[in-house]
Amino acid sequence: MPDIIRNGVTIDDNFAEAFPMSGTGILITAPNAKWARQAALTMTGFATSVIGCGCEAGIDREVPPEETPDGRPGVRALLFAMSSKDAEKQLVNRLGQCVLTCPGSAVYSTVAGEFEFKVGDAVRQFGDKWQMSKVVDDRRYWRVPVMDGEFFCEGKVGLTKKSVGGGNLLIMGADWDKTMRATEAAVSAIDGVADAIAPFPGGIVRSGSKVGSKYKGMSASTNDAYCPTLRGVTKSELDADIGCVLEIVIDGLTDNAVREAMRAGLHAIIEMGSEQGAKRVGAGNYGGKLGPFHYHLKELLP
Amino acid sequence: MKPFTFTLRQEPPQRVDLSALTPDRLAGKSVAQIEEIELGVTRISTKVGDLFKVSEGDLKTVRFEGGSSRFDLLGAKLLPGFAIHVEGDVGAQCGRLAKGGRITVAGNAGPHAASGNLGAEMEIKGDVGDFLAGPLAGELAGMAGGRVIVRGRAGERVGDRLRRGIILIEGDAGEDLGARVIAGTILVLGQAKGRVGYLNKRGSIVLARGGCFGSTYVDCGAHDLTFARFFARSLRDHSAPAADLLSRKLRRYGGDTAVYGKGEILTAD
Repeated sequence: MPDIIRNGVTIDDNFAEAFPMSGTGILITAPNAKWARQAALTMTGFATSVIGCGCEAGIDREVPPEETPDGRPGVRALLFAMSSKDAEKQLVNRLGQCVLTCPGSAVYSTVAGEFEFKVGDAVRQFGDKWQMSKVVDDRRYWRVPVMDGEFFCEGKVGLTKKSVGGGNLLIMGADWDKTMRATEAAVSAIDGVADAIAPFPGGIVRSGSKVGSKYKGMSASTNDAYCPTLRGVTKSELDADIGCVLEIVIDGLTDNAVREAMRAGLHAIIEMGSEQGAKRVGAGNYGGKLGPFHYHLKELLP
Repeated sequence: MKPFTFTLRQEPPQRVDLSALTPDRLAGKSVAQIEEIELGVTRISTKVGDLFKVSEGDLKTVRFEGGSSRFDLLGAKLLPGFAIHVEGDVGAQCGRLAKGGRITVAGNAGPHAASGNLGAEMEIKGDVGDFLAGPLAGELAGMAGGRVIVRGRAGERVGDRLRRGIILIEGDAGEDLGARVIAGTILVLGQAKGRVGYLNKRGSIVLARGGCFGSTYVDCGAHDLTFARFFARSLRDHSAPAADLLSRKLRRYGGDTAVYGKGEILTAD
């Protein structure tokens, strides 16, 4: 297939294949940005992949005090799962263990979805009958007394089944440092896109997987075609100039959010160029038969 | 499009029941039919045509040019999405059992305004009588939703048996403010006379200038409450002084411990 080259970076004529997911999220506020961020970081910890974590979650953006319902600094955290039931279970658990426990926090709905589920209406019982309900503009909120004052939490949050999970970019470079530099630039560009998150550590995954394994009962195993140390001994996708591959996985509340996030990441990599950063960008798919959403890299080019 | 307008010709000769003059009940009627609607509550007939000049318009908003303290039950059972504006006073039970919508009164309102309100936004620019948002005799609960803002003074027993919703009095309030409150929120920016929050179960009463509440309210200290900051934001467009009050540190008195005791009186001190 003909390669496309932009600023020295080879763009594979390939596409990312993504799947429908249930997406939800919360806006967490706190007396200062540090503790709003801490609550969101804790809540979105151990949420890299639905395979082992039950959900994928990350921070969408920091919200300035002028835009939050209580005028305090906030952070918007998004959470995605394979079913709305899983999303609800994960969010309620994480809210109860990670946000309710975090000093100063308050929680508001931030996703305008087709569905709603109980959040404050679930954790309110922590208040042991001292909790108080307030209805403002037809929305219910709970005040739960806690040791640093009150935990304030909206009763229900929105959920959408129109979310998309699995948008991705495979960033390939000569060595670890250059590949990481390009990938970090892509992640920070993706951070600027609303309604999309990159759930892996720092937005980056180095252990991309293929479907299946030589071991029984393992559904996924290392993507040997992209492992540089196996270049000679396996059916490799890598040429001699590639010494490191990193992947960014993207989940978004909408099809368009994932597309825009991939576009932003790709543009950042191309802008950096092959001298400083990556030599080649690809995308992962399963032949196009499994996921209904396809993002062709050539359509995202500048 | 201009609103559907009733222009007052003369002061009503008797108390009148205006509950028939809400948008949903006027819909589909001609002006001639509307003028025949009986408003009187005695054996003497008083029809719409006797009191008002009716000019057709968009029924989304019904406007009364001129009011009277004899206008009872104005906006009763009003439905969401509609609005009523009165350029004058209204009588008793304004907005009684209103399900939603918006009622604005440029003058004063009589007793039992917003009684049993279920979701309407009401604004009374003048003063209101006794039992604002309270139940009628024999009813177990008062207002159960919506928001009532009084720019002037309020009479006695504001928010009696309030169950849900927000009441804001920018002026002074009469005796027994928030008596028997079940839940909901009452704010008073002026002086609350006499006893406050008698037998309050789970409601929040916010006082700008303190008030008299007996030993069954227990001091819980002064706090920065997130809920108050949130409330302040939602009230900022409706009343800047109320938003300022809620943005301050508030001293919480828990009570009324003579009953359920899960309510509170918050004061700015």
